[in-house]
Amino acid sequence: MSTPTKTGPTRTKPADAPHGVVAPIIGQARQVSFWAEQAAPIGLVGLVIVFSILSPTFLTLGNIRAMLVAAAILIVLSVAQSFVITTGGIDLSISATMTVGAVGFGLAWQAGLGFVLSGLVAVASALVIGLINGLLIARGKVTDFIATLGTLSVATGLALIFSDGKPITVNSSELLTLTSGSIGIFGYPIILAVIIGALAWFVMFRTRFGLHVQAAGGSEESAVANGVNAPRVRIAVYLISAGLAGVAALLLVARVGAAEPAINTAFLLNCIAAVVLGGVSLTGGKARIVGPIIGALLLTALTNGLTLLGVSQFYQPLAVGLVVVLAALLTRFQKK
Amino acid sequence: MTQTSRNEDEMTTQTDFQPGSAPASEILLEATDIKKSFGGVHALKGASITMRRGEITALVGDNGAGKSTLVRCLSGIHRPDSGTIRLDGDVVHFSTPNEARKHGMETVQQNLALVEELAVWQNFFLGRELVHGPFRTLDRKNMKRKAADMLADLAVNAPPVASKVRRLSGGQRQAVAIARAAGWGSKIVIMDEPTAALGVQETAKVEQTIETLRDSGVSVLLISHNFDQVMRLANHVWVMRAGLAVAERRTAESSGDELVALITGAKAH
Ligand SMILES: Nc1ncnc2c1ncn2[C@@H]1O[C@H](COP(=O)(O)OP(=O)(O)OP(=O)(O)O)[C@@H](O)[C@H]1O
Ligand SMILES: [Mg+2]
Repeated sequence: MSTPTKTGPTRTKPADAPHGVVAPIIGQARQVSFWAEQAAPIGLVGLVIVFSILSPTFLTLGNIRAMLVAAAILIVLSVAQSFVITTGGIDLSISATMTVGAVGFGLAWQAGLGFVLSGLVAVASALVIGLINGLLIARGKVTDFIATLGTLSVATGLALIFSDGKPITVNSSELLTLTSGSIGIFGYPIILAVIIGALAWFVMFRTRFGLHVQAAGGSEESAVANGVNAPRVRIAVYLISAGLAGVAALLLVARVGAAEPAINTAFLLNCIAAVVLGGVSLTGGKARIVGPIIGALLLTALTNGLTLLGVSQFYQPLAVGLVVVLAALLTRFQKK
Repeated sequence: MTQTSRNEDEMTTQTDFQPGSAPASEILLEATDIKKSFGGVHALKGASITMRRGEITALVGDNGAGKSTLVRCLSGIHRPDSGTIRLDGDVVHFSTPNEARKHGMETVQQNLALVEELAVWQNFFLGRELVHGPFRTLDRKNMKRKAADMLADLAVNAPPVASKVRRLSGGQRQAVAIARAAGWGSKIVIMDEPTAALGVQETAKVEQTIETLRDSGVSVLLISHNFDQVMRLANHVWVMRAGLAVAERRTAESSGDELVALITGAKAH
């Protein structure tokens, strides 16, 4: 094998950097790009430090447990959104799809289908929206933004029509276990979310499909010239997004105790924010799974911390918005 | 074996060669009456070319003559509106680039067809990844090793296979695209302006690669604007003008001046 002599442009390291394990880290930390790449973990650590100084309850086991459970839905949605955004698309209908899944679950449960079947109905009804998105975008060549803006409205409308605008109460013991069960401080929702995250990482970085997702997002023309079936990849990512929104719907119904035809816009904005915080570029081609998960944790910690400090609910969207804009500014300094 | 077949070719050339009258067994690829339009733009208006076994065939013509469009039809990216492509005498229809590859045709596209956000080794194997294990996971180790081997054979300054294409120089990118096409032991390698924008050393290396390919029995279709290069490397040359292949010559019996006249239309065919 050839020993690749480093001829490509290499990272410029300060010549006088101290040697040893820390040296590269110190060298990197002097560069803006390091902070830009690691915005989400650095932000998360920063928030945890600030909030634990300001509020004694923030770092208690009980609060950590609550935060992790609260983060689960957002993590699942962020992972889902990450697949779509890696292809250069965006799924604006993701939270409305989750609502459709929730209403689907509620109706199936009401009809006496039981937990497992109702869960399948939830995922299946969400997948219908995903399929419509995929076909519109991959076959109909409709812009992602417009197509999913349309299905956002359609899905919201369908959820309202089918539920008659009223929440459907669900008293399922399985759902109760899902929200309240835990292993140590890790509630079942967060465990489920982490399993989904691990699977998503595997699919994205260790399978042919994942490579094709990245290739189609990086340069559709080049990907196609190399035999990647870009339309199929696009349909697949919207199905993944919708399917995971269906799973998130179960977590949502479990948490609320009812299937509500609510709009859930906060979830939509926050999952896109988490993906951006996680270092995924909206232009596509650059895949991240861990980053968006940390981004989702960060946004949850932010909301939780502000609540603990008694900051009015009204300030929370403001804080989330500031964090996202800051992260977006930082991504400008990411290494290309 | 290749050496003798080349000598035979040259003998044919000297004794009884007439343009367009090669024995059928010598013809490896034959594209006939290929038409392709993009909306109102008639990029190909019925172009026909042939490639002979074991030879370097050049395709020349002015900008916009339709060379790349013909290449993209041959490599399965475009479907021709009409016309036939014969490979080894059999009619083939490539509806995807992978089908062309499966028939032993590799292409270096003019735009290189690299994905900038992916690493060199990922670009090498894009569309035909090696997998292993029960979950058909990517065989990353194997792919990296093979990509490094294929690159080391070709490149003057081979980039590390783990680096992203985005960070490579123009010459390095070209080397990656050429090594990717040259390394599969295929029948035909098509190169659309492979030495455009290359330095002297790199150009020499690429020309050497093209000759090595030919010497190992691969037939090469070379698109080039460099007449010296064409006269030096190619056995046969096709001239395209405004969507048609208007003339063919044995390079041994032609000259750079004649090619220029054919390209501009000063000489009709
Ligand atoms: N995808 C496309 N859509 C529309 N028009 C196209 C497309 N591809 C090629 N054309 C047109 O077809 C014609 C032939 O283009 P082509 O790229 O084949 O030329 P070429 O001979 O390769 O030129 P060059 O030497 O500049 O590479 C041009 O007029 C070009 O504008
Ligand atoms: Mg061209």
